[in-house]
Amino acid sequence: MKLTGAQIIWETLIQQGSTTVFGYPGGAILPTYDALVDYQDRIHHVLVRHEENAALAADSYFRATGKVGVCMATSGPGATNLVTGLANAMMDSSAIVAITGQVASHLVGSDAFQETDVTGVTLPVTKHNYLVTDINELAHVMAEAFYVARSGRPGPVLVDICKDVQQKMIEYTPITSVQMRGYRAIKPQGKQDMPRLLTNAKTLIDNARKPIILAGQGIKHGNAHEEFREFVDKSGIPVTTTLLGIGVLSEDHPLNLRMMGMHGEAYVNQAIASADVLIALGMRFDDRVTGNLKTYAKNARVIHVDIDAAEIGKNVPAEVGIVGSVKDVLRELTPMIEDRTHPAWMEQINERRADTKAHDVMSAELPEDMLLAPQVMRAIWEATGGQCTICTDVGQHQMWETQYFQHTRKNQLITSGGLGTMGFALPAAIGAKFGRPEDEVWAIGGDGGSQMSLPELATVMQEGLNIKIAIINNNFLGMVRQWQELMHNRRYSSVEMWTPDFVKVAQAYGMCGMRATTLQEAREVIQRAREHDGPVLIEFVVEKETNVFPMIQPGKSLNEMTRRPVQPAALGGGFDFMKEKA
Amino acid sequence: MLIDRIEAQKNPTRHTLVALVENKPGVLNRVASLMRRRNFNIDSLAVGTTEDPNVSRMTIVIDASKTNAALVERNLYKLVNVIDVQDVTNQPTVMRELALIKVRVADATHRGEIKQIADMFQSRVVDVAKESVMLEVTGEETKVDSIIHVLQDYGIIEVVRTGRIAMTRG
Repeated sequence: MKLTGAQIIWETLIQQGSTTVFGYPGGAILPTYDALVDYQDRIHHVLVRHEENAALAADSYFRATGKVGVCMATSGPGATNLVTGLANAMMDSSAIVAITGQVASHLVGSDAFQETDVTGVTLPVTKHNYLVTDINELAHVMAEAFYVARSGRPGPVLVDICKDVQQKMIEYTPITSVQMRGYRAIKPQGKQDMPRLLTNAKTLIDNARKPIILAGQGIKHGNAHEEFREFVDKSGIPVTTTLLGIGVLSEDHPLNLRMMGMHGEAYVNQAIASADVLIALGMRFDDRVTGNLKTYAKNARVIHVDIDAAEIGKNVPAEVGIVGSVKDVLRELTPMIEDRTHPAWMEQINERRADTKAHDVMSAELPEDMLLAPQVMRAIWEATGGQCTICTDVGQHQMWETQYFQHTRKNQLITSGGLGTMGFALPAAIGAKFGRPEDEVWAIGGDGGSQMSLPELATVMQEGLNIKIAIINNNFLGMVRQWQELMHNRRYSSVEMWTPDFVKVAQAYGMCGMRATTLQEAREVIQRAREHDGPVLIEFVVEKETNVFPMIQPGKSLNEMTRRPVQPAALGGGFDFMKEKA
Repeated sequence: MLIDRIEAQKNPTRHTLVALVENKPGVLNRVASLMRRRNFNIDSLAVGTTEDPNVSRMTIVIDASKTNAALVERNLYKLVNVIDVQDVTNQPTVMRELALIKVRVADATHRGEIKQIADMFQSRVVDVAKESVMLEVTGEETKVDSIIHVLQDYGIIEVVRTGRIAMTRG
């Protein structure tokens, strides 16, 4: 069968199981968009309003489905606009394939119109990338791209395809197996090493007095939720998750202490600091998790399991480092370990945990005419019964969401972790809704991040997507303001934000818009938004200068955290308690 | 590969990594980009062809006091175009470097002396001009360092060194 390069691109996508592509056309990718007309019955193209959001939506689509996300853009500015989304996928290990048009092969290197060295620009932010100048390579490269993206530690792969390659014709046979000389998804292990390491891990686990499991996103990517829960139940070891690890174990599981790190609860970080054994599964000891590495979990012996050999020993030395998928490793390790509980250790953790409520803003009597972001998170959780997909942006609201929304469903939270990409929530919700069309999907952003991807409201309308968009408006870049307050003596610099009338913005897009300024109103509009069959944008006008606590300031140790002040009404009931007196 | 504990930080010696890579455009750029973005300190990097026209061979020397050689190895391995990486530091290995050294010649006696020095280092004179001679020397870096040191008294005009290449014995 003779096909054009453009047709081969679509054939490969269909063969790989792609049903949705997020993209934006342009000159150098025109032949591919032309061919799309004949494939529209099998593949749905979502026209975004900015290429960055195509990449972010594809990233979120992967997280929602486990299927490789696909985005598409033209050469030059189209491709460079993808960069932030690719970097986001790289940091958070999301499998996406980005297809970009490139100028015709005879023009490459000539500074032709809309030419950019896209493989050069994206090299550090992709797992791998390809420039295709010869149609004979195209089918193989496309198949390889999907294989590399999804295998081992997932990541973004970009394929830059010259315009003439898209136009030329060639005899096409589908590629059924990929053979690559260099690439092995997981660094092969020494056969004799594995039993020894598993035995070492077993010995450490069985003899631990204060063990703790650090659970990361690797468990999600490897779909190891079941194996993980069995390991937790048998070992009786308490679990704390990274931000991206939220959703690997239900947060109502008695051993789930919830999130660790910079804005984790105090008792969680204290538990890590005093632990004697850390069992790190599919996580990479990010600095937001460890704080000061010199003092991090000083007394702990470390077992580190990761699919990426380069993560082991990168930040925290591992006594037992095992390269492999969490699923495979736990299948072998769980039967080996003793069935245990850790009553004394849990009692110690629970003692520290006991005063959390006293520090919790939810315990305070708040004036009725005010609204706090944590109350919004709690209200969304209550209204939905926790049964929804949440896409958050980056900043204060993102941390409050982790604290005040109890995640009981598998892979329920989709958020930008490693890169911290503002503007993520809305394109992520678009990607997630295509991945989980039956699910209730919420995008929660601040007033800053939401304005970065606001044009995507048009995409929501054009696609008729029933997603609920919450904008937590404090007229500040809240987290930056918090840092300026705490670390720069409250010298506010470029953090105060004028915002448009978001309700009118929504209406201008033909979308239902609502606003809440009190908890009562918040509960009402959330209910009305859920009843409305279609997209809704809600602006929650919240207190301006409140801070996210607990907080471990950058470079500080786990034990040097700033707690939430003790709350109750005895303090006078004002809302100043949310502010840290520096 | 499994790593119980990374010893590299304790080992002050230089580490030699040998990487076999696909002979494709841009592969050197990928390796160089990795070194730069991971902030890996490399002493030398030598690239050349091998017995297989589709494979190039890179010899990378790392100062292990500044950079964790095991992490370099594992990051190199992740590059899709890298076929294999080996840290040959602790294996019986032949390591060589080639240097060309242009030395100033003030008079005929100097020329004779320089020839003598060259002989002692088993190096060859590859060019003779009115006011200079060029020597070719191969050996381990310490040998190249030594001859350069000795020749400094005469005045070195130019030096080029290839960086280390390595092959395990047997």
